[in-house]
Amino acid sequence: MAKKLLIIGAGMASGRMLEELLDRAPGAYEITLFNAEPRGNYNRIMLSPVLAGDKTYEEIVTHDDAWYAEKGVRTVFGRRVTKIDRAFKTVTDDAGETHNYDKLVLATGSDPFIIPVPGRDLPGVLAYRDLEDTEAMMKLGAKPGAKAVVIGGGLLGLEAAAGMATHGVDVAVLHLMPTLMERQLDEAAGSLLRRSLEAKGIKIHTRANTAAILGDADAGVRAVKLDDGTELAADLVCMAVGIRPSIAVAKEAGLELGRGVLVDDHMATSDPDIFAVGECVEHRGAVYGLVAPLYDMAKVLAARLAGDTEAAYAGSVTSTKLKVTGCDVFSAGDFAEGEGRQEIVFRDAARGVYKRLVIEDDRIIGAVMFGDTVDGPYFFQLLKDGTDISDIRDTVIFGPTFAEGGAADPLQAVAALPLEAEICGCNGVCKGAIIEAIAEKGLTSLAEVQAHTKASSSCGTCAGLVEQVMAIELGDGFEAKTVEPMCGCTDLTHLDVRRLIVSQSLKSIPEVLQALEWKTSCGCAKCRPALNYYLLCAWPGEAIDDGQSRFINERVHANIQKDGTYSVVPRMWGGMTSSDELRAIADVVDKFKIPTVKVTGGQRIDMLGVQKEDLPGVWEDLGKAGFVSGHDYAKGLRTVKTCVGKEWCRFGTQDSTGLGVQLEKRLWGSWTPAKVKLGVSGCPRNCAEATCKDIGVVCVDSGYEISFAGAAGLDVKQTEFLCKVATEAEVFEHVEALLQLYREEAQYLHRMYKWLARVGMEHIQSRVVEDADSREALSDRFRFSQSIFQVDPWAERARRDVDAHEFKPLAEVA
Amino acid sequence: MDVIVSSWIDVGAVADIPLRGARVVKTPLGCVAVFRTAENEVFALEDRCPHAGGPLSQGIVHGRSVTCPLHNWVISLETGHAQGADEGRTSSIAARIEDGRILLDRDALRARAAA
Ligand code: SRM
Ligand SMILES: Cc1cc2nc3c(=O)[nH]c(=O)nc-3n(C[C@H](O)[C@H](O)[C@H](O)COP(=O)(O)OP(=O)(O)OC[C@H]3O[C@@H](n4cnc5c(N)ncnc54)[C@H](O)[C@@H]3O)c2cc1C
Ligand code: SF4
Ligand code: FES
Repeated sequence: MAKKLLIIGAGMASGRMLEELLDRAPGAYEITLFNAEPRGNYNRIMLSPVLAGDKTYEEIVTHDDAWYAEKGVRTVFGRRVTKIDRAFKTVTDDAGETHNYDKLVLATGSDPFIIPVPGRDLPGVLAYRDLEDTEAMMKLGAKPGAKAVVIGGGLLGLEAAAGMATHGVDVAVLHLMPTLMERQLDEAAGSLLRRSLEAKGIKIHTRANTAAILGDADAGVRAVKLDDGTELAADLVCMAVGIRPSIAVAKEAGLELGRGVLVDDHMATSDPDIFAVGECVEHRGAVYGLVAPLYDMAKVLAARLAGDTEAAYAGSVTSTKLKVTGCDVFSAGDFAEGEGRQEIVFRDAARGVYKRLVIEDDRIIGAVMFGDTVDGPYFFQLLKDGTDISDIRDTVIFGPTFAEGGAADPLQAVAALPLEAEICGCNGVCKGAIIEAIAEKGLTSLAEVQAHTKASSSCGTCAGLVEQVMAIELGDGFEAKTVEPMCGCTDLTHLDVRRLIVSQSLKSIPEVLQALEWKTSCGCAKCRPALNYYLLCAWPGEAIDDGQSRFINERVHANIQKDGTYSVVPRMWGGMTSSDELRAIADVVDKFKIPTVKVTGGQRIDMLGVQKEDLPGVWEDLGKAGFVSGHDYAKGLRTVKTCVGKEWCRFGTQDSTGLGVQLEKRLWGSWTPAKVKLGVSGCPRNCAEATCKDIGVVCVDSGYEISFAGAAGLDVKQTEFLCKVATEAEVFEHVEALLQLYREEAQYLHRMYKWLARVGMEHIQSRVVEDADSREALSDRFRFSQSIFQVDPWAERARRDVDAHEFKPLAEVA
Repeated sequence: MDVIVSSWIDVGAVADIPLRGARVVKTPLGCVAVFRTAENEVFALEDRCPHAGGPLSQGIVHGRSVTCPLHNWVISLETGHAQGADEGRTSSIAARIEDGRILLDRDALRARAAA
């Protein structure tokens, strides 16, 4: 007599297992299939196309009643198995019926994880797992103006969101992490994905932590509340924050468990008559949430049940695709950077394509792609096979056709391009047009080609290609330009990047890296701080300051010392102080046992040797006495040195102290390419050393002489004369305009004298002195920027509500 | 039930460290820097640069490396080795993530005194 095989769960794993088993050993078992859902096996992953209206439920059923009847499989659907009695070899279902087995298979899948927030049980809150969930989401589209909130920006959540959006639902996605699908995508691909979902009208809120779901038991859900107090209206809330193996029955039966039901390589549990397959199992420490591995397991289990004791499952490598139209995403393997690992990054900004391969020991170990994923399976195969790619390394990123047949020499590849091949996507310039211009006009430099054909004059990312065309045409007559790129991550110079950020409206670091085709995935310690500055300068109020792309001093607003402690230098406006201020400093020094107090070369007081954890406390006390940050750590305004001026000095011509104080009050808090120091002297004796500062003002009887681009550090430079003005108001306007021009034009870390050397005095004078409209526009932009950046970073941190994590250890262990 | 003494110490949630950031775990044998990369991995190193003892926890994190805040040496988060032309190594402590929590290897934390 045939043995009794009982299967709990009619999901994707058991469906595949049944097919294999019935092929191999038809009639070996008398099979009973249980399912808690009131239906049999269907292709669960196709629920997303059903939700999006691309498929119907009927089209995704894999096994129907006729199939079960034909194969002699007894089905018990709509009933849940609640108990396994291993001693008597029976199971009991929720209708109270008991069934015998000889062999038992657990294929119970996973349960969606529901975050334990108030309101999670309200009507209208659902997960995304089965047909009921899918239908509820589809129905919402019938209601005009319906709103949905999806909690979780992973694969499931985004498919749910995109699906509902196609039904006209106004959808917002809440994601705890800064990047969507962060387990499958790197930052670059995550930000492209975000953009294309936003283009579909889906609102994305990252770093969003759900605090509660609001509504009442009768009317159902009304809104989702975040921990920062924001409320988002919702008629439906879909929680897609993760899954947990469904192991309740197995646990009750006393089977050995990890995160899932533990199985060996033959899919046997700790009870030799009970097997498990699918998402509910844990095999060699891994739990899977995708179908490919489950199919591998199903094959092994079928073989095993058919009597093959050799068949063994060795674990799987998985890859992910997102099933959202217009958002082609592919990811596989380990795509983190690391020592001994190299990456090959390909970006095509015009087409919105990003591809990245991570290579270790000449083998692909990870791949992330966005926009063009046709080569995903090819890379995945190379990855799974551990293929040595050293021979095709230079071209592998271009896909199989190129890699295996194409030319490895880039120049040859360009030479092989037809004349109508487009070289510059922005301006639609083809190879033939460039060649023609070179020949007709006798062009020899990239700048000339840019001027005559417009090729590479917009985004500039094709400059390399244009140069290659020129090299082919001109041979030795052409020398590629030898300008220094910003860093190893790009071929563009600082100035190219600055220009492109503005011309292409790039507003975040990931956007810059993609649009300008960066060669690394997340930049380096050289380019990131520069990009952060360029973005803040170009888009005040719009670009978000990225603390993790700032050097430590600017990130924590204090200067790190050689022993890891910090120094604290509060502003003393124009070098002026008072007994109250000095007393407050003395108190802080005593209270926090600060070891060293020094008068700096910048006319103020430095407290050195402060422990990092004490910084917010020190700032809080200093703040109470009216002090703000001195920015002695910043690429920003440092000090304004003054002399006593006409108030006391017998030679003083103007109120140099007061003018210095006012200048400092206007300029403090601004971020600049490099540090900026000012000096204001009351007469040409120049006791404030104004003529070796970035900007110096020397007072004379008839007014004020403004000069700039001095320095007295690594280089010692006397300032250059800018202009002479009659009133303090004019001093402010000229100084602000000058500073803004420097902020907008200089390369990161270049002080004013380097900027002057590059752009020339004539340019600066024409913009700041001769053209009043230009001056006014510059100083207006400066003031707007100050309306955003002139905040005391110390006060924010003393309240402990900004970057609190910086000042506390993560943990203390004994 | 058997009581198994875990050899892993829970030092906090992954989300407590900013992406591309680091924080410090204080121990009687000195500070340990715990890093979180853009790819959401965690690594732990002795918080001392092999060059002149700079606190690596205060550096800029990029890829699987950190640039020391004092003189810009680049240190591998995986091995603690200085990269490029610089030579030196700081000891690393095994770290892993489980259910959103960061776990550090207790034995490695203890063994540091000898290193
Ligand atoms: C504290 C102070 C020395 C002192 O005890 O007097 C000082 C201390 C440092 N200076 Fe300075 N400089 C100080 C006045 C100066 C001056 C004099 C001045 O401003 O009148 C100069 C020459 C003038 C100039 O800048 O042209 C000066 C030229 C430099 C330079 C060379 C800059 C250059 O572009 O050539 C550096 C290096 C750098 O910035 O890259 C530097 C860098 C440093 C750093 C930030 C080094 C570092 O990165 O850790 C020192 C920080 C110690 C700390 O924690 O405070 N410091 N430094 C002075 C603080 C002034 C203030 O109140 O903010
Ligand atoms: C919307 C959606 C989209 C997806 N997209 C993809 C994708 O694109 N690619 C991919 O690889 N994967 C995708 N997945 C994941 C994939 O569907 C699962 O990995 C797969 O279905 C798991 O198969 P399984 O047989 O282990 O479990 P399931 O398919 O979940 O089947 C388990 C069945 O067991 C039943 N059951 C549980 N406990 C009991 C009990 N005690 N008694 C009786 N019956 C019980 C359940 O009701 C369920 O029907 C997606 C999942 C969803 C929900
Ligand atoms: S001159 Fe400036 S940088 Fe050099 S040791 Fe003195 S404070 Fe430090
Ligand atoms: S101490 Fe780290 S680079 Fe010098």
